[in-house]
Amino acid sequence: MTRTAEPRRAPVRPKRRSGLARWAGDTGWRHLMVVLVLVFALVPIVYVVSAAFNPNGTLSTTSLLPSSFGLDNFERLFTEPNVPFWHWFGNSLMIAVPAAFVSIFISSLAAYAFSRFRFKGRRPMLLFLLLIQMFPAFLAVVALYLIFGTIGDFYPVAGLNSKLGLMLVYMGGALGVSTWLMKGFFDTIPKELDEAATIDGASHAQIFFGMILPLAAPIIAISGILAFVGTMNDFILASLFLTDRSEMTLAVGLKTLVAEHSPASYFGLFAAGTLITSVLTVTVFMSLQRYIVSGLTGGAVKG
Amino acid sequence: MLDQRSQTAGSHTAAGLIAKIAVLAVVTALAVWAALPLIDARAWWGLGAEAAAVAVIFYTYLQRRRIPLKYLVPGTLLLIAFQILPVVLTIGTSFTNYGDGHRVGKDQAIEAIIAAGVQPTPGGNTYLLSVGESASGDLALLLTDTDEGTHWAGTEEGLTALDEVETDQAGRITAAEDYEVWGLAELNERHAEVAELAVPTGEHSGIKVQGLSAFEGTSTRSYDAGCDCITDDEAGIVWHADDETGTFVTEDGDEALVGWRVGIGFDNYLQVLTDEDIRGPFFGVFVWNLAFGAGSVLLTFALGLGAAMALNRPGMRGTKLYRSVMILPYAMPSFAMLLVWAQMFNRDYGVINELLGMNVDWYGQTWAARAMVLIANTWLGFPYMFLISLGALQALPADSLEAAKIDGATGLTAFRKITLPLLLVALTPLLISSFAFNFNNFNAIELLSGGNPINAGDTVGGTDLLITYAFRQAFGSSSADYGFASAISVFIFLIVATISALMFRATRSQEDVYS
Repeated sequence: MTRTAEPRRAPVRPKRRSGLARWAGDTGWRHLMVVLVLVFALVPIVYVVSAAFNPNGTLSTTSLLPSSFGLDNFERLFTEPNVPFWHWFGNSLMIAVPAAFVSIFISSLAAYAFSRFRFKGRRPMLLFLLLIQMFPAFLAVVALYLIFGTIGDFYPVAGLNSKLGLMLVYMGGALGVSTWLMKGFFDTIPKELDEAATIDGASHAQIFFGMILPLAAPIIAISGILAFVGTMNDFILASLFLTDRSEMTLAVGLKTLVAEHSPASYFGLFAAGTLITSVLTVTVFMSLQRYIVSGLTGGAVKG
Repeated sequence: MLDQRSQTAGSHTAAGLIAKIAVLAVVTALAVWAALPLIDARAWWGLGAEAAAVAVIFYTYLQRRRIPLKYLVPGTLLLIAFQILPVVLTIGTSFTNYGDGHRVGKDQAIEAIIAAGVQPTPGGNTYLLSVGESASGDLALLLTDTDEGTHWAGTEEGLTALDEVETDQAGRITAAEDYEVWGLAELNERHAEVAELAVPTGEHSGIKVQGLSAFEGTSTRSYDAGCDCITDDEAGIVWHADDETGTFVTEDGDEALVGWRVGIGFDNYLQVLTDEDIRGPFFGVFVWNLAFGAGSVLLTFALGLGAAMALNRPGMRGTKLYRSVMILPYAMPSFAMLLVWAQMFNRDYGVINELLGMNVDWYGQTWAARAMVLIANTWLGFPYMFLISLGALQALPADSLEAAKIDGATGLTAFRKITLPLLLVALTPLLISSFAFNFNNFNAIELLSGGNPINAGDTVGGTDLLITYAFRQAFGSSSADYGFASAISVFIFLIVATISALMFRATRSQEDVYS
C-alpha cells in the first residue's frame, strides 16, 4: 500500500526517491513505531480480557489470546460468598466520590481567593501549597495511623476501620494539587466579568457560585477525576484503615484474590473484577479525553 | 491591599443569609457532639483545639472585612489536620522509641510488669479464653466469666467490658465488636506473645494465660517509688528504671518485657549510620530508590516522547484512533493492572516467560525483579508522558523549527538541537514531579514485587523503596517500630523537599504563576 497523497511539508531533500521510500521515510516509520508502542500498551489489557473470559479461571490455563470462552468467572464473582465484590465496589465509590466532591469544593474556594483577591501572605501561602502537594499524605502513614487510633478512641465513627476516617485523609490529601490546577484556570477567566457583575450589585459569593464555578466546569471535572482516580488507586492507607473483608475497597479486596494462599481459580475472579472496574475508569477517561491534556499540562506548567 | 469589593460585600441576599445560618448551625451541632467524648475523657488539649477551630470558623463567617479568609479557612483547617499535623507528628515520633514493647506510659508499664508476676491464688477467678487483636493491632485476651456470664477484653492496659459478643456453646468468645478473633493457626503461631501478656486488674493483681484458660491472681512483684524499682519477692529479682531507654533492667542488664515510651533523641537516625546491620541495606535501598525514580522517568519519557513525535504529523491517518488506544493504560485502574503484571511475570505460568520463551524467576533474582518493576511501571506511566509531550510539541514555536530547517538542520540534528531543548524547558517541572511521584511509588513496589526478593534474615528486599521499607518496619509481620519508621519517613521528607527546591528553580522562569 503506497500512499503518496499524504500532504507533505516543504521538500526536505533535493534527491528524488521512489514513492515507497519516501512514504517510509516520511510517514511509514511513524506508523511502525506507533504500532510497536500500541502492542506494548495492549498486551496486559488483552491478557486481562482473555483471563476474565477464561472459564477455567486459573493462571496456568490463561494465555495471551483466549482458547475458550465463558462467563463463569463473572458468575462466580457475583455469587461467591467469600468475595463480596459489589461491597468492595460500593465502598470504593462511597469513599472516593464524596471525598473528591468535598476536596474539589474546598479547593475551588481557596483557588478563588488566590486568583481574585490580593492579601497579605498570599505569595507565601501559594508557595507553601506548591510544597505541600509534593508530600502525598501516605508518607506520614505512621503518624496518620497513630492519629486515627486516637480519634477512634473518642469517636469510633471516624477512627481506624471506618470509611469516614479514610475519607477525611483523602480529602486533605487532594487539596494542594487541585487548588493549583484550579487557580491556573480561574486566572484565565477575565476579571472584567467580575467587575461587571460587581457593578450590577453581585456579592463575592454570587460571583463565585453563579459565575466562576459554572465557567470553570472543565477544570472542575478534571480535578475531580484526578482526585477520584487517585483515591480509587490508593492501597497503602486503605489497607491499614479497612481490614474487615466486607469493608475493604476494590484495591485491597482484589489484592486478596491474588494473594499467595488464595485458591488458584480466584485469578479468574480477579480478572473479571478488574475488567468491570476498568469499564468504569476507561469510560470516565475517554469521555473527558479532550480536557485531560490541557488539564495535565496547564496546571503544572502554566500555573 | 484589600479588594475594593470588600466594603460592599456581605450576604445581602436572603438565600445567602439562610445558607450561612444553616452552615453555622451544623458546625455548632457537630462541635457539641464532638465535645462530649472529649469532656468525658477529660482530654482538655483536644477540647482546646476544637474550641479554637470553632472560634476561627465563627469569626471568619460573621465578620465582613476579610473576604479572602472566608474562602481560605475550610481548606486551611483540613490541611492543618490531615497534612501538616501528620508531618509534625512523624517528626516527633522519630525521636522516640515508640513501637512494640514501648507502646504505653511508664505507669502502665509498671502495672504490666507487676501483672506479669501474677501467680494463681487458691479460689481465684478463672475465665474461658479466646485471643484476638484490636483494630489498632493490640493483642487482647477475650475473656468469659462463666460464673457471672460477663465478657471482657484484656490488654496490657487493663480490662474493658464487652457488650456485643458471639460465643460458642461452652461460652468462649468467637466474635466481638472491634476485635478480630484469632483462629487456632494464628494462636499456635503467636503463642509466645500470648503467654507473656499480662492484664493488670489492680495494684497487685492481674490476669494471665494458662493453657486454654486465664486466671486472676496476685503478683509477687511490687513497685517502690523511692528507688524507682520493681522487686520480685519470690524470684529475688530487682528491676531498676532506666529513664533514658524507657525500660526496667536488672543489674545483670536483663530488660523487663514491657517498657515505656520515651524520647531517645537522635538514636533512630544514628542507628542508620552506626548499626552495620542497618547501614548497608539502608544505603542499598536508597541508591536503588533513586535509580528507580530516575529510571522510571527516563523510560516513560523516552517511550512517550517517541510515540508523540511519531504522531505529531499533520494529516497523518489514524492519529485519533492511535491516540485513544495509546492512553488506555492510563485509563485502566493502576492498582489492578499492577496486580495483573505481577501475575504475568509468574515464573511457571506467567505469560511473559511464555511469550519470550524464557524461564526467568522474576521474583527470585534482584536484577530480574528490578527489571520487572521498571517494565510494568513504564507501561503505567508512558501514556502520561505521551500526552504531555504531544501537548508541548504542538505548542512549540513553529518559526524556530522553520529557521532550523532553512539552516539545514533536519532529522536527528533538529531534534537534538532544537526540539528537545525547547521541550525540556516546558516539561522539566513535570518531569521533576514525576520523579518525586515515582520516588515514593509505594503501589508499584508493594503490588508488584512486595519488595522481593527478600533473603532470609534480611530486613530489606532487592526492590524495596524507602517508603515500603518504612511501612514494613511499622506494620510488617515482625514487631512494630514506629519510631524508626518515622525516622525513615523524615528522611524521605528531606529528599522530597530537596526535589521541590529543584522544581522551584526550574519554574522560576515561569514566575508569572504567582502574579
